[in-house]
Amino acid sequence: MDNILVVDRVSKKYGDYTALNQLSLEIPKHCIYGLLGPNGAGKTTLIRIINQITYPDTGSVYFDGELLEPQHIAQIGYLPEERGLYKSMKVGEQALYLAQLKGLSKTEAKKRLKFWFERLEIGDWWNKKIQELSKGMAQKIQFIVTVLHEPKLLIFDEPFSGFDPINANKIKEEIIYLKEQGTSIIFSTHRMESVEELCEYITLLNESEKILDGKLSDIKKAYKNNTYQVGVRLNVGEEQALARLQGQLKISNSAYDKQENLLDFTLNLPSPDTHQALQVINGLGMLSHFEETIPSANDIFIRTVEEKQQHG
Amino acid sequence: MSLRDIDLEQAIDSTRSLGFYGLLHIPDEPSLEQAADSAYLYTKDSPVSFVLEQLEGVFESELRKKRLQDLGLSRSEYLQVDRSFEIRASTFSGEANIKGVSEIKAFIGGGFGYMIMMFIIIYGGFVMRSVIEEKTSRIIEVIISSVKPFQLMLGKIIGTSLAGVTQFAIWIVSASILLVIALLVFGIDPSILVDRSNMSAVSAGMSSDLSPEVFERVRIIGKEVLRIPWVSLLFFFLLYFVLGYLIYSSIYAAIGAAVDNETDTQQFIFPIILPLMLAIYVGFFSVFSNPHGPIAVGFSLFPLTSPIVMLMRLPAGIGENGVPVWQLVVSILLLILTFLAIVWLAAKIYRVGILMYGKKPTYKELWKWLKY
Repeated sequence: MDNILVVDRVSKKYGDYTALNQLSLEIPKHCIYGLLGPNGAGKTTLIRIINQITYPDTGSVYFDGELLEPQHIAQIGYLPEERGLYKSMKVGEQALYLAQLKGLSKTEAKKRLKFWFERLEIGDWWNKKIQELSKGMAQKIQFIVTVLHEPKLLIFDEPFSGFDPINANKIKEEIIYLKEQGTSIIFSTHRMESVEELCEYITLLNESEKILDGKLSDIKKAYKNNTYQVGVRLNVGEEQALARLQGQLKISNSAYDKQENLLDFTLNLPSPDTHQALQVINGLGMLSHFEETIPSANDIFIRTVEEKQQHG
Repeated sequence: MSLRDIDLEQAIDSTRSLGFYGLLHIPDEPSLEQAADSAYLYTKDSPVSFVLEQLEGVFESELRKKRLQDLGLSRSEYLQVDRSFEIRASTFSGEANIKGVSEIKAFIGGGFGYMIMMFIIIYGGFVMRSVIEEKTSRIIEVIISSVKPFQLMLGKIIGTSLAGVTQFAIWIVSASILLVIALLVFGIDPSILVDRSNMSAVSAGMSSDLSPEVFERVRIIGKEVLRIPWVSLLFFFLLYFVLGYLIYSSIYAAIGAAVDNETDTQQFIFPIILPLMLAIYVGFFSVFSNPHGPIAVGFSLFPLTSPIVMLMRLPAGIGENGVPVWQLVVSILLLILTFLAIVWLAAKIYRVGILMYGKKPTYKELWKWLKY
C-alpha cells in the first residue's frame, strides 16, 4: 500500500528529556490515521517534526516517497492544538494572508474561501475582526484556513477542543468529506474515545515510544478476549440459574432484575467458540441479549501500558 | 531692582509679592570684605547652580580687584592683568582651529547617535510586543507551519523597521507641512527660509553688529560645519543604523519569544538598555572632551556601543585629523561579526521560545535553549 508519510527511526531530545525514541511509522494514503497517547507521549513533537517546525536529532521522514523538505510545507495542512488568529485583523484579510503564505494566489484563495464560507454557513464575517467572533466561530475560520490550500496531508491536533457538540459534529463531517476527496488525515488526541469511530489506523504512543500500531479493526480483534455481555429472561429461580452458570462457565458482574425476571452477567470464554455456552444459557430461559465486548482504544491502551510495565 | 533702607523682613515680603525670583541681601558694612562675608541670598526655591556661579563670579572679581588694589595696583593696571586669554590653535596642516568646534561636531554626531538609540528603543520594543502578541494569540504555530521561524523573525524586524522609517518620514513631512501652514497663517513668506540672498543679508546684518573677532569665530565654525564630511557621515550613519538596529531588534525579538507577557520582559530589557545608555552618556562625556582618547576609541570599537559613539566621532572626518581608518574598519568588522552571532543566537532562542508557554525562563534556561 502507498504511504503518504513514512517516519523512519526518528529520535528527538530536549536537553536531557527524550521526546521521541527511535519512532517508526507508516501512514497510508487516503485514510484517517489516529495518533493516540496521553499528554507528554511525544505526539506534538512528532507533528512538529512533520511540519518542519523542529527537526529530528536522528532518523528521517519521507513525504509521499520523497525525503521531507521545505517545499512540502505547501502540501501539508496543520491545525495545532495551541491555535489562534490575529485578534485585531479582519477575518477575510487574515484568511487571505494565511492562504498566500501557503502559496495560493489571491484570486484562487478568494474563490476557495467563498466556497468554504458557504459550506460552513459563514455569512458576512469577511469584514469582522476575530475578537468580535465567538470562540466556536473563530475555530471554524481556523479550520477553513487549515484546509484551504487543499493539502495532501492534513494534521489535526486535538481538533474538537473548543467546539460545541453541534459544530464538532459538523467539523467531523467535513473531515470525512475531505477524506473522501482523497486527503490523508492524521488525528492526534489524548481523548481516545473521540476519534475511535473515525480512524482506520491508529498508533499508540506512550513515553516517547510506539507501543502499538496497525489497523484499528485488527487491533481490536487481537485484543478481544472472548468476553460477552449476556442477558437472560429466566424461567428458573435466580439462585438455581446462578449455580448452574457458575458450575459450567466463568461469569462475573451478575445482576438480577426481579420485576423483569432478567439476569445480566459478563461471560468469559476460553475460546471464540460460543456453542456450548449458548446451550447452557438457553437451558435457563429466553436470551435477551448476547453481545461481544469490543475493547475501546482506551482499554487497549491501558492494557498495553500495564503489560509493558509488568514485563519491563 | 534694588531696595534700600527697609528692613530685611519687609524686603523679603515685597520681593515675594512682586513675584521676583530672589533677593540678594548685602548689609551695610564698612568694608567690601565684610559686606561680602555677610551677604545673603534669598530665593523662591533652592537656587540653580548657574545663578550661584554668576553671583559668586561677581563677588570674586570685585574682591580680587579690591585685594590687588590694596596691594598697590592701580585700576588700569588691574584691567591689564585681568584681560582674559585664549590660545590660538591650528592643526599641523595649518587649518585654523578654535575652541568649540569639536564640541559642535560631536554634537552633530551625537544627534545621529541619539536618533539611532531612540529608533532602537521604540521599534525594538515594537518587534518585541508583536512577537509577544503572536505568542499570546497562539497564532504562532499556525504561521511557522508555513514559514521558517528565522524568516518570520527577520521579516518582522525588517517590516517593523520599514514601518518605522515610513512613520519617521510622515512625521517629518507633516511637520514641514504644518510649519509652512503656520508661516502662511502668520503671514510670513516661507521663501525667507530658503532664499539665499536673505540669508546673506541676515549674516551681513549680523556682521555689522559683531566685533571682527566674533565674526571671524562664527565664520570658522561655519566653515568647519561645512567641512564635516556629510556624504560619508550619512553613509556611515545608514550603515551603523542598519547593523545596530538589526543587532538590537534581534535581541528584542528573542526576549519577546522567551516570555509570555510584557511584564516579564523587564529583567531582560535592562541589559539591552544599559549599553545604549552607556554609549550616549560616555559618548557625550568622552567624545566631547577628547574625541580620539582611549575611552572614546574603546567605546567606538565595542560593537554594542559603536553605532552611537563612532557616529559622534565621525564628523571630525576620516583619516588624518579624524578617525583613523583602521579604527573604522575594525569597528565595522566587529559590528558585522556581532550582528551575525547575535542574529544566530537570537534565532535559536526565538525558535524554541515561541513554542514554550506558561513559564518565565531564567538565563540558565535560555542558555539551555541555545543547545536544542
